Amino acid sequence: MENYVILQVIWWLLLGILLMGLAIMVGMDMGVGAILRYVGRTDIERRVALNIIGPHWDGNQVWFVLGGGAIFAAFPLVYATAFSGFYVVMLLLLWTMILRPVGFEYRSKLLSPAWRNLWDWALFISGFVPMLVFGAAFGNLFMGVPFHFEWNMTSFYTGSFLGLLNPFAILCGLLAVALAAYMGSVTIMNGAEGVMFERARGLARTMAIAAVILFAAGGLWVANIGGFQIISGPGAGVAQTPLQQVVSHGSASWLANYRVYPLLWLLPITGFFGMLSGLLAAWARRSHLAWWLGALAWIGVIGTAGAALFPFMLPSSSTPSQSLTIWNSSSSELTLTWMLGFALVFVPLIVWYTSWAFYVMRGKVLEEEVASDEHAY
Amino acid sequence: MIDPTVVDLSRTQFAVTVLYHFLFVPLTLGLSFLLAAMETVYVVTGKVIYKQMAQFWGKLFMINFALGVATGLTMEFEFGTNWSFYSGFVGDIFGAPLAIEGLMAFFMESTFVGLMIFGWDRLRKGQHLAVTYLVALGSNLSALWILIANGFMQDPRGAVFDPTTMRMQLTSFTQLIFSPDAQAKFVHTSIAGYVTAALFVAGVSAWYMLRKRHLELARRSFRMAVLFGVLATMGVITLGDALGFVGAHAQPTKLAAMEGLWKSESAPMAWNVIAFPSQQAQKNVGVIQIPYVLSLLATHSLYGTVPGMLELEKRAARRIQNGIPAIEALQTLSKHPRDAAAMAQFKAHEKDLGFGFLLQRYAPNVATATPVQIRQAARDAIPEVSVVFWSFRIMVGLGLAMLAFFVLGVIYTMRNVVQDRPWFLKTAVWMIPIPFIACEMGWLVAEVGRQPWTVFEILPTWMSASTHSVGYLVFSLIGFVLLYTVFIIIEMYLMVRAIRQGPESHGSGGGHRNVTTTHGGLPRPTLALQPSSSALQRSNREE
Repeated sequence: MENYVILQVIWWLLLGILLMGLAIMVGMDMGVGAILRYVGRTDIERRVALNIIGPHWDGNQVWFVLGGGAIFAAFPLVYATAFSGFYVVMLLLLWTMILRPVGFEYRSKLLSPAWRNLWDWALFISGFVPMLVFGAAFGNLFMGVPFHFEWNMTSFYTGSFLGLLNPFAILCGLLAVALAAYMGSVTIMNGAEGVMFERARGLARTMAIAAVILFAAGGLWVANIGGFQIISGPGAGVAQTPLQQVVSHGSASWLANYRVYPLLWLLPITGFFGMLSGLLAAWARRSHLAWWLGALAWIGVIGTAGAALFPFMLPSSSTPSQSLTIWNSSSSELTLTWMLGFALVFVPLIVWYTSWAFYVMRGKVLEEEVASDEHAY
Repeated sequence: MIDPTVVDLSRTQFAVTVLYHFLFVPLTLGLSFLLAAMETVYVVTGKVIYKQMAQFWGKLFMINFALGVATGLTMEFEFGTNWSFYSGFVGDIFGAPLAIEGLMAFFMESTFVGLMIFGWDRLRKGQHLAVTYLVALGSNLSALWILIANGFMQDPRGAVFDPTTMRMQLTSFTQLIFSPDAQAKFVHTSIAGYVTAALFVAGVSAWYMLRKRHLELARRSFRMAVLFGVLATMGVITLGDALGFVGAHAQPTKLAAMEGLWKSESAPMAWNVIAFPSQQAQKNVGVIQIPYVLSLLATHSLYGTVPGMLELEKRAARRIQNGIPAIEALQTLSKHPRDAAAMAQFKAHEKDLGFGFLLQRYAPNVATATPVQIRQAARDAIPEVSVVFWSFRIMVGLGLAMLAFFVLGVIYTMRNVVQDRPWFLKTAVWMIPIPFIACEMGWLVAEVGRQPWTVFEILPTWMSASTHSVGYLVFSLIGFVLLYTVFIIIEMYLMVRAIRQGPESHGSGGGHRNVTTTHGGLPRPTLALQPSSSALQRSNREE
């Protein structure tokens, strides 16, 4: 039983790491998409921006695929309930996201300015909307989502699609967009020169300030909404369904974990530190440092949210007792063990060859080379 | 209870999106290896024409790859969005291969495909070749893990239903990944991809030869493609037979439907070449048979028999009866997880739990099920025979046609007369869609033939779907159809355009400066030589 608890917690942490990977790597590419029309005013400038992330966006996107796969494998009930409950929002996320591979690959294949302009808008949408939805989905976890189960674990979602776009969720969505746009800006600074570098630098500053404000506002908001609390249940490390626990909503605070373990305050501090020092680094034209500080900000933000929610994964606002937690929605001990083995081998390998790919393609992207190259985006 | 219209629409949407995705996957699987083969020849012999080939076909590869990636995202979402009961029920088993696919295969494929396209001037020859092989390996490993997941749906092994968690739980990871169905299916499917790519390359090369363009590149590509194709087609047919043999034991209903076999017959059984099965009357009309052949095909012996669908339906009815106490016990266990009597009753009947679920479609309260409802549920155990029967025959027929084509192609190219056979070159162009159709038919045989189950004899399709309203499904289905229609028009247009343009100009690196040395962390630019374009003009002049 102890092993099972440890595995459940490890997988919850691993999922957090994958979400951070997703936010940092996919967020950076989506950020470039979202700011494409601003940092690139001419066609060739936009092509430079696209070619900066050109060799990497596809590999980066797998963080997203892997995040989905890991939720499915490690917390199947969360995957099943959240993806079906958020149906319309998920389709919005999916349909805007699948514009990206097509946009990158097809945009520069034709010379027509109308064609390219159309795809630039598509790339803007496929950068902005998924990050907004990604953040908003996180925000909804704090509010709880209206769902319940039948005796055989058939799930029913009883809310409307608009309920998922409540003000707090949108605030979280905007925070995600701001951080993504910041990362996109410093990525452009890394790969571009001259006027594009300067535009990106200005934008990085604005986005870092926006992120600080949104993160602080979100924190104050969360402190004043009711949290969820497990009153009784089979407990950690016991095979169970979500039908066997009692959960209260509103009586507790989402900051309860922070009161018990004050060290957790380091997480929001990390978030603010990343944003503020990133702001300074971008201002000082240290774009590589600014990128790493932005990554640190993401780690702080996602860590802050995760620490507050623990051990909840998907709280139910309509039937709080059927809320999904780490303990009642994880896979079996055997599955978690095998998956951990694969993750321990392959995650370091992925980090290693991804770093190599960035190393190989390091340096600035030049306008004249993009223009003369048929393989370029 | 889920609205049956929602289940039908969910099935339609899944079929539309997966069949669409599966238009791009086979070409990726095969073309990645052909690219690696061309580049190998370039690295070994130093002949620049093979680099041009790898780059030209690489360009077409990417146009196809983009849509494969985009539509693959849909599949990752759709289990959760539209099949949430299924996802919760088997996620413990089914989710693992999907996650491992991401960790082991998709990451590798996607990371290195960027270097394959943008890294020509930045990597040494050997490094770039290794990158291309890793793309091919990644895409094929991807198929392996997806088909291990699918293999579990076809022939569930290594898992058991656990009443305390109300879902399937993994009992043996090795049984899951070494499932014979998954292994046979992986090889059959990935080699079908090699056939697809071989015909694509052969067809496009034939079009160039007909127009006397890029002859050097076209002839060499054609030769490589038909050699690759003839081997692959023989492999596909052999493995298809093996898959049928494995499937015959795992899923007798699918086999009986594939062969239109209603009544069990004594050995040696005759094979229906042509028949028009009627689901309603449970018999065939307009039958043309060959004696002995079915016993040989299905059991690899003249004395073997396989059961017909009427007998399988009777067996299903018996198992449905036996599934009733399993469902009743489970309902008790849901409320009282520690009820020992209910647990004992469940254990005694657990192997027929899925058949109990099958009955719940007609009798939500199984305790009061009538014989008529049991008969209805038993009839459901037979898949849609005419769809399975005919998709199977179309797939096999097209496979044999492609084998004939590749054999002729090899003969002509070896005797160096292929350019003097315009009828054959024209045939090659017209055959480009054939392997794509065959692949789609293969999916239909496998997945329609598995009905009425999502997980064979464990979880019925009718209860696997999410509990959405019809309006949601209409909205999403229309959205997918519109978006995908626009995508395919763009893709076809760009593909045809790139083929018409041909391998004219070259350049690679995506505008990234060629870094040979670095000083103080700053990359020093060097002009990349472009030997390819001049060599190409030379080869064109030769013609």
